[in-house]
Amino acid sequence: MSKILIRGAKVLGGEPQDVLIDGETIAEVGTGLSADGVDTVIEASGQVLLPGLVDLHTHLREPGREDSETVLTGTRAAAAGGYTAVFAMANTFPVADTAGVVEQVWRLGKESGYCDVQPIGAVTVGLEGKKLSELGAMHESAANVTVFSDDGKCVDDAVIMRRALEYVKAFGGVVAQHAQEPRLTEGAQMNEGTVSAELGLGGWPAVAEESIIARDVLLAEHVGSRVHICHLSTAGSVEIVRWAKSRGIDVTAEVTPHHLLLTDELVRSYNPVYKVNPPLRTERDVMALREALADGTIDIVATDHAPHPHEDKDCEWAAAAMGMVGLETALSVVQQTMVETGLLDWAGVADRMSFAPARIGSLPNHGRPVSAGEPANLTLVDTSYRGAVDPAHFASRSRNTPYEGRELPGRVTHTFLRGRATVVDGTLA
Amino acid sequence: MKRHLISAADLTRDDAVLILDTAEEMARVADRPIKKLPTLRGRTICNLFFEDSTRTRISFEAAEKRLSADVINFAAKGSSVSKGESLKDTAQTLEAMGVDAVVIRHSASGAPYRLATSGWIDAPVINAGDGTHQHPTQALLDAFTMRRRLVGRDAGLGKGLDGRRITLVGDVLHSRVARSNVDLLHTLGAEVTLVAPPTLVPVGVETWPCEVSYSLDEVLPKSDAVMMLRVQRERMNAAFFPTEREYSRRYGLDSARMAKMPEHALVMHPGPMVRGMEITAEVADSDRCTVVEQVANGVSVRMAVLYLLLGGSEPAVTTPAAARTEENK
Repeated sequence: MSKILIRGAKVLGGEPQDVLIDGETIAEVGTGLSADGVDTVIEASGQVLLPGLVDLHTHLREPGREDSETVLTGTRAAAAGGYTAVFAMANTFPVADTAGVVEQVWRLGKESGYCDVQPIGAVTVGLEGKKLSELGAMHESAANVTVFSDDGKCVDDAVIMRRALEYVKAFGGVVAQHAQEPRLTEGAQMNEGTVSAELGLGGWPAVAEESIIARDVLLAEHVGSRVHICHLSTAGSVEIVRWAKSRGIDVTAEVTPHHLLLTDELVRSYNPVYKVNPPLRTERDVMALREALADGTIDIVATDHAPHPHEDKDCEWAAAAMGMVGLETALSVVQQTMVETGLLDWAGVADRMSFAPARIGSLPNHGRPVSAGEPANLTLVDTSYRGAVDPAHFASRSRNTPYEGRELPGRVTHTFLRGRATVVDGTLA
Repeated sequence: MKRHLISAADLTRDDAVLILDTAEEMARVADRPIKKLPTLRGRTICNLFFEDSTRTRISFEAAEKRLSADVINFAAKGSSVSKGESLKDTAQTLEAMGVDAVVIRHSASGAPYRLATSGWIDAPVINAGDGTHQHPTQALLDAFTMRRRLVGRDAGLGKGLDGRRITLVGDVLHSRVARSNVDLLHTLGAEVTLVAPPTLVPVGVETWPCEVSYSLDEVLPKSDAVMMLRVQRERMNAAFFPTEREYSRRYGLDSARMAKMPEHALVMHPGPMVRGMEITAEVADSDRCTVVEQVANGVSVRMAVLYLLLGGSEPAVTTPAAARTEENK
């Protein structure tokens, strides 16, 4: 393994420092480090150095929908976006509800080499919400699964949810809930409100999310378990999580980049690129989510990267698939909505996009401080960059981004996974 | 005029009045022994119906044929939402065949907007009803009917419906007719009130340019026209209201209720009517009910829309004198 010297980077946005990588670990952090015996020197003056980003919520689509993404293309997209670890959601075909499937995904991640892939196991068999999957077997497999989720579907049966929360305590697991009351969202196409009323699209009311979150934090309290709320999207959800935390309930929550930036006004275009679940909400919700991410009520940013092939979006709204790709634009959106608004500094970004997600997902070698002896999982960002998003340059197999042509700040110039560069000068290695 | 007619909200007051005035001219053609104009001769119009609607389709077809257009009827029933690609493919097939305009009916809200704006097709798109979104030609024919009755056939020319009080009753939540009517009637200066049980009023209605009431009896005495909306039987099973009987008692229009309306007030219905539930047979068959007139007016209004979107600069109705002048040039 080689020695790499990153010179003059603002570590977590602080004072410029040099970082010496030796093999898989960070050997030294300081000023004026010597380049003797170093194979590569990266002049990073003005750039921000972050711990490698960790995404607790990625859809890699393999097995089953390799036409939209594979573990390889998805991890390449992750590396391009500055990630060194992603959690792969369980809603594949077959569903990741057995030790066999999670081990397959985990192994494909190892083979890809771009980014560590940590599979998420399904809570219930086939995501059907009826019968618990073999949660213990998935935990004991090579994939060492600790996060379980039926994401895409809500574990809506209160008894099943209770049992899952209780059961995973045996091995320190966490249930990540897709909070969506199914009866309240039958036929839902977008946020229920003034825009849906005008457009005549089926409404997805905020209360369908909030009522499930309220129930689940109470269940977690009752059984003394840990619950994680996926892609929180409404101001009311923020209030419930804030209340739960103040009460000492062990709840964590995530927000997606698109819910920090986009609103349901965009649906007026009927362009399915804006169709996502949970749906884009109102300006008031967006502002509440930003505040909550800043004050720590929302713990992390997770992409909900949801690749879809062109034909699943190039159609009428009602027929279109839900979801957006996000791995390659997440950091830019966070820079625009959180850093440039003064809500969060870069140390805060490191926390919300690396330290905290690694902690929630129990990933010991990611989300580590940038200091000597730590694994060299690092991301270097040129924060002064400005440019329009061009999906043609995406590493993801899919192009369903809502940001095409939109100018976003920041660009990942280098990503290191255990000391090996996966991105060099903004290009995949 | 815009190039497409997707939503009643797209029409300015001038556009809307122009369409209604043009429709009056078109209506005169219906009184002639030969009910046909050469206006769209050589033009091909496709009626692209992804959802069944015999009434609307026949109305458009009659309008197209009276303007001498060549008509293609395309009924792509049912499967479109499960197989969304078919809208794009179908559109491009029609484009390749040189269709000059597409009249589209679709169960998905926004499908006509996608068709008009996605670059799949170049021809003008006319929305003949999309999901629970819009049905602009229905709103135009309703406004035309109201203007004729409340302002007058000739007296109404150039005018809107200023100060007239219009009440829409029933399933507003699922009604594209209600949305289109609220937009257009507001544009034309009318005061609109929606009356429905709260379960059938959309969340977000407070931004609409209208009033909302839950009491039909309170609103009837101050209505110049009452438009009953269709209540689909399947709403019964979805707990929007307890029973058909209760709905009928609170929101149905019978002769006792009709008696509370001013003398001149109209009863309207976009059809098809559910007699006995939303409207009694007695009211439906009364002189004040304009259902049949609405159907006739639908053809005139659709002729006007097609002419204005496709006809270019020639006069809509060539009188014999004007035709001679044209020949002498």
